Amino acid sequence: MFRPILRWLDERLDLDGILAPFRHKTVPTHKLTYWYFFGGITLFLFIIQVLTGILLLLYYRPGASEAFESVQYIMTRVQFGWLIRSIHSWAANLMIFTAFAHMFSVLFLKAYRKPRELTWVTGMVLLFLVMGFGFSGYLLPWNKLAFFATTVGTQMAGEIPIIGHPIMIFLRGGPQVTGATLTRFFGFHVAVLPGLVVVLISIHLFLVQRQGMSVPPKVEAKWAANPALCREMKFFPNFLLRELMAWYVAIGTLGALAALFPWNLGVKADPFASAPAGIKPEWYFLFMYQTLKLIPAKVWIVDGEVLGIVGCALIALFWLLLPFFESDRLARTKAWITGLGIFALAYVIGMTAYGYLAK
Amino acid sequence: MGTSDPGMANPSCPLHPPALPRRGFVKFLLGGGLLATFASFIYPVLRYFIPPPVANLGVDEVVAAKVGELKPNSGMIFRFGSVPGLLILEADGQTYDALSATCTHLGCTVQYRPDLREIWCPCHNGIYNLNGGNVSGPPPRPLTKFDVHVRGDEIYVSQKAEA
Repeated sequence: MFRPILRWLDERLDLDGILAPFRHKTVPTHKLTYWYFFGGITLFLFIIQVLTGILLLLYYRPGASEAFESVQYIMTRVQFGWLIRSIHSWAANLMIFTAFAHMFSVLFLKAYRKPRELTWVTGMVLLFLVMGFGFSGYLLPWNKLAFFATTVGTQMAGEIPIIGHPIMIFLRGGPQVTGATLTRFFGFHVAVLPGLVVVLISIHLFLVQRQGMSVPPKVEAKWAANPALCREMKFFPNFLLRELMAWYVAIGTLGALAALFPWNLGVKADPFASAPAGIKPEWYFLFMYQTLKLIPAKVWIVDGEVLGIVGCALIALFWLLLPFFESDRLARTKAWITGLGIFALAYVIGMTAYGYLAK
Repeated sequence: MGTSDPGMANPSCPLHPPALPRRGFVKFLLGGGLLATFASFIYPVLRYFIPPPVANLGVDEVVAAKVGELKPNSGMIFRFGSVPGLLILEADGQTYDALSATCTHLGCTVQYRPDLREIWCPCHNGIYNLNGGNVSGPPPRPLTKFDVHVRGDEIYVSQKAEA
């Protein structure tokens, strides 16, 4: 049935020519090949976010007087609405987790080395945007926790010297977090961020496609010494089918989590109520939050808060530009970058755990 | 014995491959599993598309207006539950008409035209008479007529009692 259609298209578009690069693409095969899956799983979760996000838009209404009620309506009145929302929340968290896993795996496999600096940079920007998705989406149900998370988060932006205050006003749409903030965050979440992310994912994937998969330095050295050890598999269908299996596992995990642990809605935001005790940000902001909590109010003559936030921003900038500190030559790769990566991973895990346990 | 033994393979008859080869069986399992997975995704989504029923605002009777609110030879729109209705006071100043205000063509809200003494839909120039009959233009069906009762100084509009 499809054959005549395919032939018709092929005569006009040269499908074989379009698909040829995918046919020739290979994936290096070694014991660390499995780490290559995380980027694809993140992409898959992003696709799920787009689809479930569109579904939520069928019933969601932005606005301080309607947002909470509309989410409540989705969860209680719309058939399977609780499931769709739960999948959207869980997939968001899993996506941030897999994006971090992808970032650290690329770091430890040293896949960011020349010529893949731009792939790393676009990937890091994507990671920041994904966190922006998390931050903006968190406010949309307009519940108590979200209200204070947004107040604190935008206040932090306001602490940056000189440019901070205008940024905070821009984000909030006024001096306080109000319905105006919700409208803005809604716009960022459903229009601005998705547009940016789609463009960056396209560039990121184009670069991956163009440059092929990186081989970790140790494996590369081994293969260079003894070319007979070199192993590769075809991207299509061999690697793609393995990736699809990973996606299948991801969606199974997601479905189980969403169905067994439905996401809570909480209570409606009230700008004139006190912040609840024990309030904490989502886990992916927890390490930064805990760090800021530990910095004293005054460090020498600098405000502790300012120091923490500017410090975080500088570290993020440094992380973005990490490949440019690496050596071009295989034999001289910098061990300190790996060391720093291990320290960062340990720090993030440690501070997250501390943040959870701390009162 | 030899070839006539039913339990022995007949050497002159080559073994046929099984009707469902192993590869086909695995493909069937895999394809069936994926299909079932897909169905389990699509089913909740299709159900999700169905908007939950709106709290029924369908009423039998409303107070459309007060006596004196309408001048003779004019009309006004009133809420009949969740849909608009049209109340007309005819030129004689005595007779009230109440009808559904939703044009039967493509659902615009109609209005009373004092100059024509008819009901007019501006969207596609449909004309109805005061009994709701579709007189000219595209409307395919008449407008639904309601009953009008004046009690005291209030004008009540109700669904026509089933004949």
